[in-house]
Amino acid sequence: MHQTVAPSIIQGPSLRQRLAARGFDAVTLLVVPAAVFSLCLFVYPFAFGLILSFEPKSGGWLSNYVRFFSDSFLYDTIGKTLWLAVPVTLLNLVLAVPIAFRVRLMRHQRLLTTILVLPITLGTVLVAEGLLNYLGPQGWFNRTLMTFGLISQPLKLVHNYWGVFASLVITGFPFTFLLTLSYVTGIDPALEQAAATLGASAWQRFRHVYLPLLMPGFAITFCLSFVQAFSVFPSAVLLGAPAGPTRVISIAAYQAAFEEYDYSMASAIAMIMGFVQLAIVVAVLASRGLFYRGPASGAKG
Amino acid sequence: MTIALSQFNEVRLDNVSRDFGALNALRNVNLTIRRREFIALLGPSGCGKSTTLNCIAGLLPVTGGAIWLDKSRVDTLKPEERGFGMVFQNYALFPHMNLRQNIGFGLKMRGKTKAEIDRKVDEALRLVRLQGQEHKLPGQLSGGQQQRVAIARAIVIEPPLVLMDEPLSNLDAKLRLEMRAEIRRIHNELGATTIYVTHDQDEALSLADRIVVLRDGVVRQVGTPKELYEAPAHLDVADFMGFRNKLKGSVVSHDNGRAVVDVEGAKISGVAREKLAVGAVAFAAIRSDDLVAGEPGPNALAVTVDTIEYRGREFVGTARSRGGLDFVFRSHVAVEPGAAVHLRAADERVLVFAEPA
Repeated sequence: MHQTVAPSIIQGPSLRQRLAARGFDAVTLLVVPAAVFSLCLFVYPFAFGLILSFEPKSGGWLSNYVRFFSDSFLYDTIGKTLWLAVPVTLLNLVLAVPIAFRVRLMRHQRLLTTILVLPITLGTVLVAEGLLNYLGPQGWFNRTLMTFGLISQPLKLVHNYWGVFASLVITGFPFTFLLTLSYVTGIDPALEQAAATLGASAWQRFRHVYLPLLMPGFAITFCLSFVQAFSVFPSAVLLGAPAGPTRVISIAAYQAAFEEYDYSMASAIAMIMGFVQLAIVVAVLASRGLFYRGPASGAKG
Repeated sequence: MTIALSQFNEVRLDNVSRDFGALNALRNVNLTIRRREFIALLGPSGCGKSTTLNCIAGLLPVTGGAIWLDKSRVDTLKPEERGFGMVFQNYALFPHMNLRQNIGFGLKMRGKTKAEIDRKVDEALRLVRLQGQEHKLPGQLSGGQQQRVAIARAIVIEPPLVLMDEPLSNLDAKLRLEMRAEIRRIHNELGATTIYVTHDQDEALSLADRIVVLRDGVVRQVGTPKELYEAPAHLDVADFMGFRNKLKGSVVSHDNGRAVVDVEGAKISGVAREKLAVGAVAFAAIRSDDLVAGEPGPNALAVTVDTIEYRGREFVGTARSRGGLDFVFRSHVAVEPGAAVHLRAADERVLVFAEPA
């Protein structure tokens, strides 16, 4: 006896419908340009650098990393960079929070925002040039202090740790501030008013209402500002002591690549730099899990 | 009962004003609220009712006048020093705290012991009927439940005064009626002196002991719901109290509290509520319930029916006169749209007002 194939009318949804139900349809193709872009400009160079770092000029496949971690001139750069990047980022955040709380209530926010964005657009080199003139031994800052008799010798403020520190604060602050401001203004002001009517003082309102709601935003802000500060290069060279206290990790990578012409070693340093950043960022982001992360408004609206 | 409200005799607003630049949001508001009273501030949006509430709470500084709690002046105190409980329109629950923490927040800020906080929060949870939910976050609750938490949080601190800013406006119609009864029940149980802001006259009429009608930052009338409903003092108050038919005309006569107004040639007589000058513009205000379709006669106007709706016991229709006046009326019989009918109201059901300034 012959059985015909099942009539098509009882077939389930077509392949196209089933794919669409799982989120794959023609619109998904719009992801392609972005995927190609990141593949060419991020994934490929990263993979290339990673492989290159395991192909040293001489020695075994790990010898670049062995050399980095056995030479204090090289591994010290991690500590020196962190010693700049972490305090600078924390200072920027600590400065940005109270200012953001004040600016949130101001009417001419846009003017202030414009002024603050300027250092970002000027670029680190111009800021470094300015600081060299302003904070240098013959700069206005020292001359003013000496004119008022507050100091007898010019303070050494450039070509050392503090020069780089100042430059990183100036270029990093606007970025940190704008991010912080957006998080602070994102919190429903009625929450603070409610806390006030319930008897909470200004400090208690900050401590019990704002801070827990802002912590996740502060974590993101910290990460983005930290990554920016960690990759400091021009100001460490121009305003710092690039052979001494401000010999940051990017200087080590630069010297390996363009002074020793050892691209493999430079790649290894870049990889180490990346992993240090990654470790800090992952640690900070993971700590967000300790805090409430839902919407920061009182009601469903 | 563990929630015992602070004792005082009255809250007094003495010539309270609030300016925003050139805008006078409140102008010389005088109001005395007695202990255990439920006061509704009623008015259209922008009338200053929320501004009044925020001034009392301390969220907005007053620019003139003073607020007194018995003999102590409170308008110079910060909101956290006043200790009035406030229920916000969007509830303003702390999203990162569970119900227990939300309700206990005010007690914690007052430095109460853990045992006392727990006891009072339990009592508040029982009062708003949210036992068993105390470990949920506000985001996991429905609108009505959030509302209950907001009320519990405001009353658990045992405030002399509870301030509510349109607390039901974010709820759907059915829930609004339920929560209205709930607010009434809680008020009866605690006797908390309450100032309740609303733009809904039904809420004001059903909840309040006294209603304050505001317009453009000025108190227009203060009275019991019955007084306001039966004898509104001004046309705008009447409008809020359901006088949907406002017939513009000119005063023909005014004596002994009775007035006759000429509306499109028809003589409409009613009760004069304000001082009227013969010949001046006046409005005859009539509730749609009191305007009945029928035959020509005294106090009747000829109109053409626009729409007619079936409402079970009777019909409710809209109509328009030759002069372009709009009417809402009721009818015991079905009238066809387009039909010419006469609308009439009994003399004592017509209130005559002067033109508002």
